[in-house]
Amino acid sequence: MSYFSRRKFLGKTGALLSAMVAAGFITSSAMAADYPTAEVNTTGLAVTDDTVTVGILHSLTGTMAISETGAQEAEKLAIKQINESGGILGRQIEIIQEDGASDWPTFAEKSRKLLVNDNVAAVFGCWTSASRKAALPVFEKENGLLYYPTFYEGLEQSKNVIYTGQEATQQILAGLDWVAEEKDAKTFYLIGSDYIWPRTSMKIARIHIEKVLGGKVVGEEYKPLGDTQFGSVINKIRLKKPDVIFAAVVGGSNVAWFKQLNAAGITADKQTLLTLSVTEDEVLGIGGENLEGFYSVMKYFQSQDNPNNVAFVEAFKEMHGEDSVIGDVTQAAYLGPWLWKAAVEKAGSFDVDKVVAASEEGDIELTTAPEGYVKLHPNHHLWSKTRIGKWNKDGQAEVVYTSDLIEPNPFPEGYQ
Amino acid sequence: MGEYSVQELTSILAMQGFAGISLFSVLLLMALGLAIIFGQMGVINMAHGEFMAMGAYTTYLLSVVTESYFPAFMNYYFLFAIVVSFLVAGLFGYLTEFVLIRHLYKRPLDTLLATWGLSLIMQQSFRSIFGAREVSPTLPDWLMGSWMPTETIFIPINGMFVLGLTTLVTIGVFLLMYRSSWGLNVRATTQNRVMSGAVGINTKQVDRLTFALGCGIAGIAGAAFTTIASTGPTSGSLYIVDTFMVVVFGGAASLFGTIASAFTIAQAQSILEFFISGSMAKVFTLLALVIILMMRPEGLFSIKVRK
Repeated sequence: MSYFSRRKFLGKTGALLSAMVAAGFITSSAMAADYPTAEVNTTGLAVTDDTVTVGILHSLTGTMAISETGAQEAEKLAIKQINESGGILGRQIEIIQEDGASDWPTFAEKSRKLLVNDNVAAVFGCWTSASRKAALPVFEKENGLLYYPTFYEGLEQSKNVIYTGQEATQQILAGLDWVAEEKDAKTFYLIGSDYIWPRTSMKIARIHIEKVLGGKVVGEEYKPLGDTQFGSVINKIRLKKPDVIFAAVVGGSNVAWFKQLNAAGITADKQTLLTLSVTEDEVLGIGGENLEGFYSVMKYFQSQDNPNNVAFVEAFKEMHGEDSVIGDVTQAAYLGPWLWKAAVEKAGSFDVDKVVAASEEGDIELTTAPEGYVKLHPNHHLWSKTRIGKWNKDGQAEVVYTSDLIEPNPFPEGYQ
Repeated sequence: MGEYSVQELTSILAMQGFAGISLFSVLLLMALGLAIIFGQMGVINMAHGEFMAMGAYTTYLLSVVTESYFPAFMNYYFLFAIVVSFLVAGLFGYLTEFVLIRHLYKRPLDTLLATWGLSLIMQQSFRSIFGAREVSPTLPDWLMGSWMPTETIFIPINGMFVLGLTTLVTIGVFLLMYRSSWGLNVRATTQNRVMSGAVGINTKQVDRLTFALGCGIAGIAGAAFTTIASTGPTSGSLYIVDTFMVVVFGGAASLFGTIASAFTIAQAQSILEFFISGSMAKVFTLLALVIILMMRPEGLFSIKVRK
């Protein structure tokens, strides 16, 4: 019995090794012996001669599990791929996963656990701004390193965080410019859920619409989180007849919003709608038939047709099931471990200060990113392209517009 | 308002009127099941929202099954799903009463805690079985879109459907409670349990069926709401606050009160929301409720009892 399994094992390992040599991984990847542990880890991180430990911190339970599932799946995929290609500085990555449980203080507590008890070299995690804001003081105090995947409202830049999603201006301004030009839009109706991200986003949108595009905001509306009744709002919108509805409704409300919009006869053939908060993940709940013809502005869509993305989608489905869908944040989460790998190898060290310093030089780029190409800006955000996707009935979007590479600008002057 | 024609304004008025009535039917359907359980048995069922989610997931399952095995019945499965949702949620309610609730009748605060615990268990079960992401049952075509009596008036068909269903369920509950001998038993048990037992009513059986009925109606509500809102592990918790609001405001032991309360809250909410923003409308509605409940702690309607 053991003989057969060993032979099988040897056979498999041999095949894997030869594949890796063929792919040029072995020759290019670093050997642990070249990087003695005492040199690459001077700050007491969980690094041994052949392993390095990182943390994954997302909600696996509670309301946010809906959104955060994809992100942690992508992070695991990236780490698995990095390990298969020889690891980082010759060390295999090991994962300690914690559950944020959709509860913000829990995120802070688990961050402390990961940084103080487990001494992880980096953490991939958080999703909502609230969870990031809760964990941030811990990361700053314990000098940890967090890779944060969600597109968010901006107005933040911490030494201890790398933001792999878009900040508000990258997503919003490009989207508004496109809709103003392409649809000749003059009047806008803004609607969002009532919390920090939609409110900040809409504030930026209003300034851009009024000052730059010369358009008019005919209505601005916020619904409490979790509200499922949009009848009155839809009538208000009908009364104002905006050229564009600009929406950032989230969670269960998002589903209700699109279902009721469709039922009220406001469909894509009569009304242009651009949303900041629908990715392939949300479409599962909303249903493609309720979104058909509406637009999302994101940096990534699963349907993107480039070799990087085709390979990524295939690997993701192989690991997590044929039915998996991949949204913007999932892709951004996938970038985290790769960006960390690039920075660690450049620094030749796992020490947070050195990794951050290497990241801040502004020349770390990923040509293998599924979204195409990204580059890390000294302000800890990514240069990225913004895309407009038009939703089809089958729950996938067709990319109808791709912007140039946009510089991240978390503190936009004149927009605050 | 000079820029609008009279026709436009009338259309908006008509649609806004319907939005109010539609919200009323949604709130009423949510609250009916809870009102029966709370009103007749004094049990505060914190897992009410999860019984609704159970109905929604039943509908989702049936939609998947129908789509893969009986595509020809796609147009009718939804009506069937409502009945099945009622049975599934009702059966689960029956078991819940048997296993959990009946041991806690003398400890109302503990039922609160126990049913809350049950709601967490159910949420996590949904998550483990169906995944953390939301799902979307495929709706039959006749439920989609809107009915246009004139060029400018759009009445959502799913809204009309919920309205019709709510009316049917409400009438059904009334007939059952006030025109059937079983309803007489229920009301007798509510008023005087010991005496009812003494005259030969099986009060334990009455309790179990009442609880099952309330949960079953929650299942119907859940099935119906797949047309207008989300189906996810925590969808139920979106409804629970509104549901309690309606029941408490209406007066616990009165179905009339529940109807009146759902109507008042829906109209206040929908009219306010038309003129001010969504969040503020909610604030004002809740404020008004608090003030009214301070003056009338027993709610809008209450059964007069000698204290």
